Amino acid sequence: MQAIDTTWVLVSAALVLFMTPGLALFYGGMVRSKNVLAVMMNNFIAMGVVSVLWALVGCSLVFGHDVGHGLIGNFSLAGLGGMAHGLAGFNHSGASPMAIVTFQMMFAVVTAALISGGTTDRIKFPAFVLFIALWLFLVYIPLAHWVFSPDGWLAHRGVLDFAGGTVVEINSGFSTLAIVLVLGRRRGWPSEGMAPHSVPLSLLGVGILWFGWFGFNAGSALGMNSVAVYAFINTALAAAAGLLGWLCFERFRENFPTSLGAASGAVAGLVAITPCAGFVTPMASLAIGVLAGVICAMAVRLKFRLRYDDSLDVLGVHGVGGLIGMVLLGLFATRSVNRAGANGLFTGGGIHLLSVEVLAAVVTMGFSFTVTWLIAKAIDRTVGLRVSPEDEFRGLDLTQHAESAYSIGGMGRIGS
Amino acid sequence: MKLIVAIVKPFRLDDVKERLKGLGVHGMTVAEAQGFGRQRGHTEVYRGAEYQVDFIPKMRIELAVLDDQVADVVEAIIDAARTSSIGDGKIWIQPLEELIRIRTGERGPDAL
Repeated sequence: MQAIDTTWVLVSAALVLFMTPGLALFYGGMVRSKNVLAVMMNNFIAMGVVSVLWALVGCSLVFGHDVGHGLIGNFSLAGLGGMAHGLAGFNHSGASPMAIVTFQMMFAVVTAALISGGTTDRIKFPAFVLFIALWLFLVYIPLAHWVFSPDGWLAHRGVLDFAGGTVVEINSGFSTLAIVLVLGRRRGWPSEGMAPHSVPLSLLGVGILWFGWFGFNAGSALGMNSVAVYAFINTALAAAAGLLGWLCFERFRENFPTSLGAASGAVAGLVAITPCAGFVTPMASLAIGVLAGVICAMAVRLKFRLRYDDSLDVLGVHGVGGLIGMVLLGLFATRSVNRAGANGLFTGGGIHLLSVEVLAAVVTMGFSFTVTWLIAKAIDRTVGLRVSPEDEFRGLDLTQHAESAYSIGGMGRIGS
Repeated sequence: MKLIVAIVKPFRLDDVKERLKGLGVHGMTVAEAQGFGRQRGHTEVYRGAEYQVDFIPKMRIELAVLDDQVADVVEAIIDAARTSSIGDGKIWIQPLEELIRIRTGERGPDAL
């Protein structure tokens, strides 16, 4: 074990955790002021609930000893124990097992938090909490085992996914689609104006996400080595290219380049590079980023035509961006960057990598959508997913949390 | 006494205030308002969703004046607030039944 590797993984864990409050700001700025605390609360509750469940059993189910066929882990690591002899499949990494699973915990947290971007303005808080607990066990953990654990069945088939294009991005995108279809559209959407109440807040959030993503991607090298360095620069370039790509789309198709578009483009680039970061060249990252920027910019406009209310475009940016990344990885992957990787279609590897990347993408889409839809339906039929129309009108901050973000109605008095 | 209400473009407020001070008008109440007459609003775009905003920010000025001050005050407001482009605003004059100073209880013209 090397101290430098453990150090880098722990720093990366902190960077990834920081992404969740960053996401909260990004999302918060884009909703109406009466619902800003609620969406930020959804992000914070993920930090609470997912961390605890991960430590108790989640980590073990993902990284514990495989029970068979690469489907799921066992309870060998329950309570974050059982790592005295290392973490099976990760002994090549110089980082300590505890550091690795701590780092991975932050991935589970942010993926759950991402879903809150679709359910804004209308989801009941207790329903959301119950949802992410069930979703963590039934959707995230199996997928994470299949892809991130070396014993997972997708990993066994040679699927490459450096930092979670499937487990985090495609998963969050299509899980969100499933829950918003069950949840229903916001009252008044899309005819009633629901403009962002604070774009500066969103821009700050994206800055934090961008910063944290260096931990997300470069940290996934699980050590301080040349792959980590590649992942770092690839992340930086994809974000920049994504920003420019989205802006070009806006400027030429809609006449105005917007700051929200620039921020969204950077996120799209970051999403797409997530599976690719440690496997492609910096120049390929530029291509991946700009394609994601342009395609995601188009994808988010689609929801108005297809009439589904994914409030903050989790599907359009994370789902679609993740798909773009997985496919492009099948084209651009090169062993010259990472000897433990593979070559893609453009680098002499033939069609094999592309085929398993597509397989992984399709499996992730189908699994996350289907199981999430079932969970959402079950919660809706029992506890109820959605607030009442009156509560929706009054706003979630007041009705779910007895708080007002900006005290527009005056301060009131303490006491009855 | 009359209550004069003037709706003006926000950036004209300072000029209006200074002109009225010059006339000896001792006080006013100002509030932020939104409105439109013939002036068109604007369009904002967020991720491709276009929001047509009809209302335009304005400042609402309210003054209590004596009947014989009305003409001069109105002329001063018009002069200070006019830019000759659409959206300059409007003035309306309402009869003011009573005026009271809270600190002293003075009523009528003494309260001005």
